[in-house]
Parts: sequence; structure tokens; C-alpha cells
Amino acid sequence: MSRAAPSIGRAGAAFAALVVLFAALWFGAAIGETAIPFSTVVQTIANRLWDAGYPLEPIDEGIVWSYRLSRAVVAASCGAALALCGVVLQSLLRNPLADPYILGISAGASTGAVGVAILGIGAGFLTMPLGAFLGAVVAFALVSVLALKAGRGTAAIILAGVAGSQLFNALTSFIVTKAATAEQARGIMFWLLGNLSGVRWPDAWLAVPAALAGLVVCLLHARALDAFAFGSESAASLGISVRRTYLVLVGTAAMMTAAMVSIVGSIGFVGLVIPHAARILVGVRHGVLLPASALGGAVFMIFADILSRTLIPGQVLPIGVITALVGAPAFALILGQRRTRA
Amino acid sequence: MTLSAERVSWAAGGTEILKDVSLTVETGEFLGIIGPNGSGKTSLMSLLAGIRAPKSGSVLLDGAPIGLLGRRAVARRLALVEQQAETGERITARQAVELGRTPYLGALSPWSPEDDRIVDGALEDVDMAYLAGRSWHTLSGGERQRLHIARALAQQPEILLLDEPTNHLDIGHQIGLLDLVRQQELTVVAALHDLNHAALFCDRIAVLQEGRLAGLGEPREVLTEERIRTVFGFDVEIEQDDGGICNIRFLTRRTQKRAPRAQGRRTLSAMGA
Repeated sequence: MSRAAPSIGRAGAAFAALVVLFAALWFGAAIGETAIPFSTVVQTIANRLWDAGYPLEPIDEGIVWSYRLSRAVVAASCGAALALCGVVLQSLLRNPLADPYILGISAGASTGAVGVAILGIGAGFLTMPLGAFLGAVVAFALVSVLALKAGRGTAAIILAGVAGSQLFNALTSFIVTKAATAEQARGIMFWLLGNLSGVRWPDAWLAVPAALAGLVVCLLHARALDAFAFGSESAASLGISVRRTYLVLVGTAAMMTAAMVSIVGSIGFVGLVIPHAARILVGVRHGVLLPASALGGAVFMIFADILSRTLIPGQVLPIGVITALVGAPAFALILGQRRTRA
Repeated sequence: MTLSAERVSWAAGGTEILKDVSLTVETGEFLGIIGPNGSGKTSLMSLLAGIRAPKSGSVLLDGAPIGLLGRRAVARRLALVEQQAETGERITARQAVELGRTPYLGALSPWSPEDDRIVDGALEDVDMAYLAGRSWHTLSGGERQRLHIARALAQQPEILLLDEPTNHLDIGHQIGLLDLVRQQELTVVAALHDLNHAALFCDRIAVLQEGRLAGLGEPREVLTEERIRTVFGFDVEIEQDDGGICNIRFLTRRTQKRAPRAQGRRTLSAMGA
């Protein structure tokens, strides 16, 4: 599988992936409480990008461009980034249950973001995404230390993650309850559950570069991640500088998690479930697995967002609710599988 | 190409595991490392492979400290087969061997037909080509160990380091595997637990006792009844055949062992009476 697919095959696969991605974005823009014809979506994009001058209802054009399309683009970036984090963490830690949500990295990022937004920590110097990044790094460091103390095993890492999540969620609640106004508190609680409602184009200018940069860094380390299949000592004996790879990849995962959490809150299970589905479909080689997971995560999130907007007429569910409804049973399935294999 | 340890020491969690060990691996030789459990064999192997740094002393590869050479450069010259390395990934036998090409592939350099050829060759060398497509988890311990060796061969090393490669294999596979390694015409350093295997396959043997080097030389010099008694704590009889190969016979104390059993039987009959 790692053999160089003929370059035509590779280009073809990349092209097909882009077609699927754009089709999903198109669906995301067209489907909603007011169904908008697919042609209108195309015309809107043409109007906005190239001044094509199609005569359209301003309301339709506004909904497509300002609300749905920006939202779909952010959802796609977020899904791709979380799925990439999942692949990287699962491979590096050799733990099939690892993802930013379960390891408490999302919770840490939330605390960091809330700390900046409400307490005004680092006033002026720290923006919310930077606060989220610091929170994510602190959380991962804490969980790593706990896991090492608890004996490194699969269970130890997950238990440490649970402890970390609880701690940081409690800290977040504490900050919100103590310092936020009632109005702020309601907004933040909704955001914490994972919510794309407030997303507009400026958010996309953070989400898209973060996801793309993450994808590039991960792809550059695809072979290194392959080499971790038999553990870090085996990777070292295959010529991988283990510590550097750890730092770069965990840092990248923390960066992506932080960017996404600061925009849409913490969304669980995407990072856990998508990589496993992708492994079943395309195998374990990271050169293929990473882009496949990114695509899968992007498409999954766009459709999860569509569902969250249309499932209950007149109401928008937090997208975290949808991903958890799909993800929790999948998590149980993975757990069960592991048991039978062990 | 020489690999040598100069007065290396290593400690884990405050316990000294290796103390002042010095040895030089000669080009082309098969060097065995023997010693009881916990005598520091595995630690010495990881120090020699450069994946751990000694607490004091140094490991030199062609005169240069191994820690200062790049990891990739080291991995092209020296391959380590760990004890029972396992994976949770669903990889195939061939993919496990393909990992051996990692030190030659950059992030952007593609896999080449040359890499394919080397992997095919390594699979042939360990007689596993016919199982190349099988999933790792369906293979036996012996087959996995042979694949680890194929992976190491795919690194095209000059030196092969093996940490108890025959652990958990049945006797036929143990001999077969060591024979296979011997045929590769590489410099080999192998931690072994079977003294007769060490005597049969090694050109020289290093004996570790509580982290210290307790002997180094040709098998018939090193494997003496006295040394085995002091290092391993049991009595042996050593015969040498015409080729100078030692044969170690373990003396089980039959008479002493039988006595309590006979006594037990007597007690039982006494109870029955």
C-alpha cells in the first residue's frame, strides 16, 4: 500500500477527494430550513467571487453566502482537524481510544479560551485562540504526567484523560459561574457544547489555515507515524527521532484542537470515530490514512451540521449533540472489539 | 565498521543496571551476550543500538559517539530486533517488513521499485515470502519473529542486534532462526538465554553478571563449569567435540529430588494403614 501508486492514480484520488468535499459543501449550503436550489448556491458563489451578476433574491443570496457556506467551510475544517488529531494521537500513543476530547485536550482548550474571554487573562496579548492553545498544551502535559505515574498502559492514559477533562471542565464552570454575567454564561454554555451557530466568514480565516497547516505537518510525518506501529523504541531503531516527532505532532494536534475549540467549542467523538472508519476503508498506512481521515471528518461534520439544523424544525441543536449521538455507540463498538481481540 | 562500548554504565529508577562494561564487536563476528535474567542484557542491547544514552561511558560506531550521529544514519548501518515487539495496528506481514526502509525514505521521497526489490529479498531470506499478504495478527510467534528479522534486513545494516530472538519459539524454530541469522554474513550481536545455542552459533561470548562483564572470549574459553556455577548458580558438565564446540549438560540432582517424593508416598501409605 505504501508503494507509490502511479502518479495518475494518486492525482485521481486527490481529485476525487476534492470533488467529494465540494459536493458536501454544496449540500451544506443548499439544505436547511429554507431549501435553496442547488443552482442558486452556484450562482451565489459566482456572484460573490467573480461578480457574475446573476439576478438573485438578496435573502437567498445572504443565507447561502453569509450563513450556510461559511458555516459549512468551518464545519469541514473542524471535522478534518479533529480527525487528524485523532489519527496522530492514536498512532503516537498506540491507543485506539485516544482523541483530543477523551484526553482532555479539548477541555483544557475550553478553559484557556474562557479564561481569556471572561477573566481577561493576558489582557491584550492573548487572543482567545492563543488562550485555547495554552490551555490545550497545559492539559496534555498534565494528562501525560498523570498517565506516566499511573503506569503508561492503555487504561492509564484514558483514566488520566478522564481526570483531566473533569478537572478542566470544572475549572471552566467555576470561571463562568464566578465571573460571567448571566447573558455571557448562557452563550458560553451553548458554545461549550459545540456550536456552529455564530460562525461567520472571519472564523473561516482561522479554521481553514489551521486545518491545512495541520494536514501538511502530519503528512510530512506520515512515514514517522508508520514507524510507531511497533512502539517508540522500534521507531527509534528505524531512525526516527522520537522526541522531536512527539513534540512536533502533539504540538500540531494541540494547535488544531485549540483553533477549533475557540471557534466552535469542544466537539467530541469525531477525532475518535473517523480515524477508525478510515482505517477500515483505506488501511493503516498514514500517507493514505491521514488525507482519508481529514476528508471523512470534513464530510461527516458538514452532514452533522445539516442534521443539527434540520432535525428539530425551528430549533438548532448543538452539533456536539449530533456527533456524540453517533460517536458514543461507535466508541462502545471499538471498546468491544478490543476486548475480543485481546 | 566497528561498534564498541567503552566503560558504559546505565541506571533506571536509581538502580544501577550496567556497570563499567567495555567490549568491542569485531567485523563479521557473531557475538553472543549471555547472563541470568536481570543481568542487563536488554539494557546493553539498547545502549549498543543507540536508542538509550549511557549514564557514563560511551558507545562508539566507527570511533564516533553513537548519540552524535543522526538517528537515520545509525539506522542504515545498524538494525535492532527487540524482544517480542507487538502492534495493535492491522498491518500485513509485508507492511511490517516495509518499515525497514524507513531510514532511507524522506518525507517527500516516494517509495521506489528498488525498495520493493529489497523488501522482497528480505522476505525471501527469512522464508516468509509466501505469507507476505497475511495479516500480522494471524501469524505465529515464530513467524512474527522472522518478520522482525526481515524488517531488520530490509534496513540493509552492517550490524544486526538481536535481543533474545528465540524467546517463546519452539526448539526447531530456535535453531532455524539462529541458523538463518548466521547465514546473512553480517556482524551479529545477540542476547541469548540458551547456553548451548550460544556455544553452537557464537564466535565469541560475553557474560554479564549483575551488570558487570564477567567474561569475554571464545565459547570454549568462556563457558567453563566454574563460571557457569558462579554466574548462573547451577552445576553443569561440559563436553567438547572434535570441532571444539562445547556441549553443556545440566546436572539435575536426581537422587535429592526423588527422596521427598518417596517419603510422601510412605506417609500416604502410613495414613492408609
